[in-house]
Formats: sequence, C-alpha cells, structure tokens
Amino acid sequence: MSKLVPLPSKALVPERDADKFPILDVRHLGIDFGGLTAVDDFNFTMGRTEIGGLIGPNGAGKTTVFNLLTNVYRPTRGSILLDGVDTLGMSTHQVNKLGIARTFQNIRLFTNMSVLDNVKVGLHNSTKSNLFASVTHGPAFHKAERKAKERALELLSVFHMEDLADAQAGSLPYGAQRRLEIVRALATEPGIMLLDEPAAGMNPSETAELMENIRKIRDTFQIAIMLIEHDMSLVMGICEGIAVLNYGKIIAKGTPDEIKSNPAVIEAYLGKKEE
Amino acid sequence: MMDFLSTLISGLSLGSIYALIALGYTMVYGIAKMLNFAHGDVIMVGAFAVITSVSMLGLSPVLSILISIVCCVVLGVSIERIAYKPLRKSPPLAVLITAIGVSYFLQSLALLIFGSTQHSFPKIINMPAIELGELTIRGNMLITLVITTAIMAGMSIFINKSKTGKAMRAVSEDRDAAELMGISVNRTITITFAIGSALAAVAGLFYGTTYGFIGPYTGSMPGIKAFVAAVFGGIGSMPGAMLGGILLGVIENLSKRYISTELSDAIVFAVLIIVLMVKPTGLLGKKINEKV
Repeated sequence: MSKLVPLPSKALVPERDADKFPILDVRHLGIDFGGLTAVDDFNFTMGRTEIGGLIGPNGAGKTTVFNLLTNVYRPTRGSILLDGVDTLGMSTHQVNKLGIARTFQNIRLFTNMSVLDNVKVGLHNSTKSNLFASVTHGPAFHKAERKAKERALELLSVFHMEDLADAQAGSLPYGAQRRLEIVRALATEPGIMLLDEPAAGMNPSETAELMENIRKIRDTFQIAIMLIEHDMSLVMGICEGIAVLNYGKIIAKGTPDEIKSNPAVIEAYLGKKEE
Repeated sequence: MMDFLSTLISGLSLGSIYALIALGYTMVYGIAKMLNFAHGDVIMVGAFAVITSVSMLGLSPVLSILISIVCCVVLGVSIERIAYKPLRKSPPLAVLITAIGVSYFLQSLALLIFGSTQHSFPKIINMPAIELGELTIRGNMLITLVITTAIMAGMSIFINKSKTGKAMRAVSEDRDAAELMGISVNRTITITFAIGSALAAVAGLFYGTTYGFIGPYTGSMPGIKAFVAAVFGGIGSMPGAMLGGILLGVIENLSKRYISTELSDAIVFAVLIIVLMVKPTGLLGKKINEKV
C-alpha cells in the first residue's frame, strides 16, 4: 500500500492537478476473453479534480474498462493505480473503499428500497454500527443512524431530492433515478466517480442540467469524474481530457478540440473517406 | 368451539416453527440465490446437540441451547464455505445438487454417530399448561409461540433498520451494485447463513419439544414443509415466509383434526400447488423484474 510510484512521465492532466498525485493511473491495461482481446494497452491518467471522457463506437470496450477499473473483471495485463495503490487482486468492495464509485448504463438502483435507504447503503462503510447495537437499539445505534440520515439528506439536497427521501426508488421518474444513482455513488465518498452513459435517454435540456450538475459535483466534492457518453455535446462540453477507444485500443487522447479534429477519430466514427 | 380453538393454537405453534425454518430458506434464497436443501438437516443437528449436551453430558438446558445454536451456526457457515462458495458462479442446478448432497451427508453422519433409533428429546421446557376456562394451552406451545413471535419481530427490525440488514437487502436486490457500494457480498452471505442456522437451531429445539423424538431423518420433513411455506409465502420475502409458515401449520393441524391424519401432508402440498397455480410468485412474492 505504498505511494512510492513515480509520477507518470507525460501526465495528461489539467494544470491545476499537475503537481498533485493522480487519482487514477492506468498502465498497459488489457483483458482477453478466451481468444478475444477486449481491451489492449490502455493507458490513462486522471487528475484529482479532472473530468475525463471515454468515448468510442458501440462495442469498443468502454464498459469493459469500467469493469476493469472496479475489479469486476481481473485484467490479463497491466496495472491500475488508484490513488497510488495497485488494486490488482482486490475485490470490488475493497476498491470501492479505496475510493472508486460508479453508476451503470442501465440504472441499477435497489428499486424496492426507499430513496433514503439507497443512499444509506452507499454510506455503508462510513456508518458506525455493530450487530449488538442495532439489535439492542442503544444510544450508539440511534446516533449512528441519525448521522447517516443527516448525511444522506445532505447528499440528496445536492440534486434537490431531499423531499423524495421516503419514496420508493423504483417509483421515481427516469431522470430522478439517474440522479439518485449518482447520489448513491457519491455516498461511498469516492475520489473518482465513473459514470456510464449518464445522459442516456435524456432530452437536450435535461442533458444541459446534468452537465451543470456534474461540474457542481466536481467543484463541491473536489473529486475526479470519468464518464462514458455518446452525447457529444456533453462530452465536448465538460470533459477536459478525452480518450477514444476503438476495438479495445485507444486511438486518440487529448482535449476536446484535439479530439474533434483528429482524423483517426473521424474515421472510427464515420468510416474512411473513399478516395 | 373449544376443540377448534385448541387445534388452531397448536397449529399456530407448529406453524411458527415452520416459519422459523422458512425464514432461513427464504433469506438464503434471497441473498445467495440458492435453495439450501440441507437447511432442514441443520435442525436435526441442532436437536441432537441439545440431546447430547443434556442427556449425555448432563449440562444445563440454557447452556445446551447455546451450544446447539453455536453448533448450527458453525455448521451452516462451514457448509457455505466448503460446499457452496466454490460454486458461486456455477449454474443453479450444480448448487442445488450439491445442497441435496450435503443434506444426505448430514443425515448419514448422524446415522453413523447416533444410530437409526429415535432418541427421546429431553424435557427442557417446563412450563405448566394454562387454563382459560375450558381451553387448555400446553406450556411448550405457549413458549414456542411467544419466542418465535419475538424472534420474527426482532428479525423484521434487524432487516429493515440495521446497517447489516440494509446490506443484506441491497445484496439480495443487486449483488454487483451492492459490492460497488463497498459491501462485501461474501461477508453478507456468511452472515445470512449464520442467522439462518441459528434460527434452525431454535426451530430444532421447539420441534424436539413438540414431538419428543429425534432421529437422523427428522429434519427432512419439516425442512421440506418449511420450503413449501417459503414458496407459499413468496420465496425471497421474509414476511412471506412467516405468513406461509404459520398458515401451513394451521392448515396441517386443522386437516389432521377434521379431515384425515393420513391425508394432512397431501392436503398441505395440494394447497401449495393451488396457490402457485393462482399466484405463481406466492402470497407476498414480488414480481421479478427482468433486467434489460
């Protein structure tokens, strides 16, 4: 668990984060499924307050990268340094404790629980409670419960959702479910949050609001956010660094402007121009 | 009328034992997504632990009940670790067959140690019968009812209010998402097996005091009936297991008294079939949402 890993040589992080240790440093990451190489030689660095984007055509391996970062899959090659700690061999709940959280492409809330309880589950590791205290309902239990509830409501208020606390999560409208999933991920106190297609199914005005909210979260919580997104207005609007994935390989990396004018990216998205 | 009432009360008492066992089935199903067919045999082990500590070692009833609970918890957690955990990602059929294998293993082990004869269960609950006018309620039935009701109420609070309970509900709804909330799925499953087995030990105690005799195969019938109760109430649902268990006990006792002793089990299973035809998810079962 040492932090004696050298800083990456060509750190592609925003200037304000350049002198700080990167929250995420992925090196030569790769995974094979049987004979198929799903991701290969993936290199990526995230500054501590950076908003980064991962784009690419369908099936390029973007969600696979998220699954690798959260140790749902075990990489075949390469390493992931989360806040300087090599996460190889850890289980998903351990890397979550270390500071990585995510949302899902298809929303995966605990639909039968209340909105508040969803957030409280996210607070699992910061809630101090033992079995004895919870069965006896002693003062320690009530104190921990009250603190958890306060914190949960505070987090919900970021998205103005505190009034919905007692509603069943599955009964919320689609947009609110997406926001709740982000709040729940925030509750685990991540250093970096991965958002898998947060704007999927949203109309342009909702997307614009989401964009504001992502910035707000970054500014309020001072965390890094990495997102997979097909909505280019969102990606180009808020991401500071973007990596383009195609057939499991990074074909381009850079700022939104660099990506927009990169011929390899245009080819991957639109096909090669016929001569 | 008095006859009906006393049949009803003994049915409630029997049903609450089924409910305790059914809780173990339904919790393990909800959280580990498997049917633990060895659960009934844990009851038998718990009952033999009481017989051994009271009749053979001469220990006090309270101490032997504690020993029985500890034995069952250790057994339940070990079964999960050794037999089920390696199969966590295997097809459900493999786990099911393994569970049946564990069930036979426990029965054969008990047969080897205790022989095939029925052992009489020590009378450790000494509570005089209560007379309410013409109605007489046997002491052990009253104790069974009171304690199982208290346990079920405690379990409801635990699952709904405590942090561990919330973690268990989260794992049962979406294992991967729960893991990403920093919840250890393995630890949660271990806790589930520990709680289920402790409940089985208590059920074994009450089953033993109700019937008076324990043999190596004693666990299988209440185990199957509790499974039926869990499905009846809606497998995966804790209130469902409690309701299903109690209804099953009442139906069984009423049909024993008023229809036929020989047919009572057949009637119990017929009720299950009818309920499942009308409501395939069980009485309180939730509709399973297909994940896209």
